[in-house]
Formats: sequence, structure tokens, C-alpha cells
Amino acid sequence: MGVREVYGRSDYAIIGELVEPGTKVLDLGCGEGLLLSWLKENKNVNGRGVELSGASVQKAIARGVSVYQGDLESALEDYPNQAFDYVILSQTLQETRHPHKVLESMLRIGRHGIVAFPNFGHWSVRWAHLWTGRAPQTELFPHDWYDSPNIHFLTVFDFEALARKQNWRIERAIFLAGGDQVTLFPNLTAEVAVFLFSRS
Amino acid sequence: MITEAATVTFDKLDLDCGTTLAPVDCAYETYGTLNADKSNAILVLHAFSGDAHAAGEGGWWSNMIGPGKGFDTDQYFVICANVLGGCRGTTGPGSINPATGCPWAMAFPAVTIADMVRLQKMLIDHLGIARLLAVAGGSMGGMQALEWAVAYPDHVLATLPIATTARHSAQQIAFNEVGRQAIMADPDWRGGEYYDHKPPARGLAVARMVGHITYMSDESMREKFGRRLRSSDEFEVESYLKYRGYKFVDRFDANSYIYITRAMDSYDLTQHGSLASLFENIPTRFLVISFTSDWLYPSYQSLEIVSALRSRNCDVAYVNLAAVYGHDSFLVEVDEQTQLVRGFLASTSKEAKRGRP
Repeated sequence: MGVREVYGRSDYAIIGELVEPGTKVLDLGCGEGLLLSWLKENKNVNGRGVELSGASVQKAIARGVSVYQGDLESALEDYPNQAFDYVILSQTLQETRHPHKVLESMLRIGRHGIVAFPNFGHWSVRWAHLWTGRAPQTELFPHDWYDSPNIHFLTVFDFEALARKQNWRIERAIFLAGGDQVTLFPNLTAEVAVFLFSRS
Repeated sequence: MITEAATVTFDKLDLDCGTTLAPVDCAYETYGTLNADKSNAILVLHAFSGDAHAAGEGGWWSNMIGPGKGFDTDQYFVICANVLGGCRGTTGPGSINPATGCPWAMAFPAVTIADMVRLQKMLIDHLGIARLLAVAGGSMGGMQALEWAVAYPDHVLATLPIATTARHSAQQIAFNEVGRQAIMADPDWRGGEYYDHKPPARGLAVARMVGHITYMSDESMREKFGRRLRSSDEFEVESYLKYRGYKFVDRFDANSYIYITRAMDSYDLTQHGSLASLFENIPTRFLVISFTSDWLYPSYQSLEIVSALRSRNCDVAYVNLAAVYGHDSFLVEVDEQTQLVRGFLASTSKEAKRGRP
């Protein structure tokens, strides 16, 4: 059974497909360790996680996943260079203080980075902003501006531009809307973008 | 639960201080059944004042060890031994010195955490167990668990250091020294030669009272005692400490107190190099647990261990459990710890069967 059927998260499904079997994986902001647990069972992956929430860490460890409770931005510093095949950051990039540093660190400690984030360029966000004249609130971004974990709002184009600037190679780019893949005008149609990237 | 208690006598044990103890007794208990390929053994390591009686009626970790518990004796074979230098069946300063026919007292050689672990390794060999599924312990038990991982990395699949440190801080040494000084200031201590007389009960009780304060938290003490009075001139907390202090005298030897606290204070995993270099290529998995209200073994000490393990890309899980009971939390806060230990052991066991340690 695929990861999507198990957990109903389409970004997990894509990441599950991107990760090669038998590899070493670090999941940043891994929550309760669902993805790592699935990767371990189904792809024989040697997985580790970092998560700030104590309650989530407890559940992850109880699930048998090796998770470290700590802030992911400072946690990244401890790991040695190229310790992992993949470093995953799913739905958390927009919550980090220094996204470019996090992404660079991911490529320092891992051969590949996998990042999934909600696309602020989606038409519904643009429409909400244009129509209401207020900080957009959509299904994708449901929070009030004053009570949101998101501190950066990036689009597909923004990530691609940063990748060019930092000289990263985008190996795969997958765009999702409502759980399905989209290919046409992804910056307008994608709700979630998933990038597999590495150093050039 | 199948329980066995036994004492095994070994010909000799070489100590870090250069002398040899011969012979040496090791008192231990086991719970559950060792499986055919001897792959389900877990060594549980007691804290400073504990003993081999870890599970069952009155066991110091009975809420964690037993059928269906965190250390599930329906699945695992759990072993616990009294530490070297102790007074509960394993050779210590109260044992008879074969050279004199009298108790060793302060002539007993200095022992270390590494010595304790070396004796435990002899016990494990004696039981015919080549590799332990896990070593686990809190406080001083956690120090022994760390020592096991470093000294015998190929004989341990998983290590659970709980509420512990790789080396005592000045504060931890200071509290232990207050305990030792309280004992030595008691005229009944007689330089340790009290075995034919009454023991230094007052000194030992005071030492234990100080200990108990350090094991609790401000919050748990406020909750448990507040400013309630026991009688017109005695606070509840005073009465409690005296009760615990004098109860301790019945089961603990003052000289063991001195020897074991010195072993804890002298322990320093970093004395031969950085923690990170010690953890290089250590194949065992780690589950490190600290508790938010534990000010005696604060979480920064666990994080120091975890950070070094992560810098060598060791397999480590870490959580700082929210708990109000201070250092005692590892003995008291059971539910969450049970979930963690159960899950961690289950995945370790599963991976061992798959053949990937």
C-alpha cells in the first residue's frame, strides 16, 4: 500500500516515490514520524527525524522512529557533512527563520534535498488577496495573519529563482493540486510544490 | 512473572585503581524467560541507592518492568544486578576482607562506574548472553548504560540513558560531598570502622535527606507538602525528610554511600577525549530521555550526549519529557516513558531480527 493511502498526504506520496530504497534519510520537522515509519517499513530506509513538539516526538519514538527533539535550524549544525542520502523538509520551509540557510544546510549534510511547500502563487491566494485586499486566507493558508506559523510566503518561481542564485540543481519538480499532479502553469495551479534538488 | 534471585561469585575483578578484588560476589535478579537464541536480554541498571530488586513487589522500577509494561517480561528477559561497592549482596565496603576476616570498611579499594560495568559484563558472560538487546538505566544507572555502550559497543544493540550525564557537574559533586561530610561528621562513623557498633545513623539520614531534596522539584514539593504542618512545631516536609532519612539507614550502608557517590563523581566519559570521538563508529541505537523539572541532572547534560552522538551520525532518539517530579520523574512519570521504551525496544528487536543492527 502506498504512503498516500495510509496517511492521505499527497506530498508524502511523492516523497515516498522520490526516495530510493535502502538509503539514509533525515526528515526535518517530521511530526509524529509517519513518513519515516512508512519509508522504514516499505523502502528499508534508515531514517532519522528532528521535531520540536515534545508530544509529536514521543509518538514518533513510540512508533519506533529515531527522532531528536529540538529546533530544526539549530539541530542541522550538529550533523556531519554528507551524512544522509536525502534530507527532507516537508511543509515547514515557510516556517523557518532563515530558509536559504536551512536549504544550504540540507545540502551540506545530505546528497539530495527534498522540499515540499505550499505555493503562495496559487490562483486562489492571488484572488483572495486581490478581491479582499487583506492578507489572503484560503484552504492552503487557513491562518489569520497574526496567528500563523508561516513567516515566509514563497511561490514556485521564488524557489526556482533561489535555486538558480545558489547554484542548486533541480533534479525533479512535482506539482500537486488536490492530491493530483499538475504540469500546466504550476506557479498558478500548484497548491503544493515538491522539489528534489542537489548541489550542482 | 518468572523471577529468580541469585548471587554468583567470580574469582577476581581487576579494578581501575590497579588492585584486584578476589573473590567478588554479584547479586542479581532476573525477570521473564531468556529465549532459545538468547537475543531478548535487557540489562537494567540501578541508580545510586537502588539494588538488584528492580521488579515485582517493592521493586524500584516495578512500574516499568513486568508483563505488558515498558520492559515487557512476556517478551524480554530482564536482568538487574546490585552494583559493585553496594551493600545489597554484591561485594562492597561492608563485605569481609579475606585478608583480615573483618569488613573492608574504608580499606575497600576505590571503585568506578567502569568497574561496576566490568562486573556486569562478567555476569552477562556467566549467563551465556553474547549480546544484550538493551542496557537501560536512570541517573547513575544511565552512566552505567553509557559506559556499556562505550566499553562494549558490540555487545549492546540499544542503550537507554535516562536523566543522566556523561560527567557530574560541580553542583552534583557538591551535593554528594555534603552527604559524605554528614556521614563522616557523625561520631558513630568511627572512620568507617562501625560494623561492630551502631551505624552512623544520624549522618547517613542527613545525607539521604539532602539527596531527597535534590530528587524533587520546587513544584512537586509545594504540591506534596506546601507549608502544611505535621504538628504544632513541625512542617510536613521536615517530617517526610526525617522519615525517609531514617528509613534509609535500615537498608543502606554508610560506607557504600561514600564509595558509590565517589564513583559517580569521578566518572567522566570525556577524560580520554571528546564525547564525539568516543561515539565514533558506535553501532548501538540510543534513546536518551531527560525531564523538564530535573534540576539535578538538567536536560543540557543529556543534550551534550545527544549532540555528540548526532555529530557522529549515531542512531539517537531524544526527548525532554514534561514532568513535574524533578529527578525522581524517571521513577514516577511512567505512562509516557512506558510508551517510549516499548516502541523503542520493539523497533530495536524487529531490526535485530531483520539482521540490521
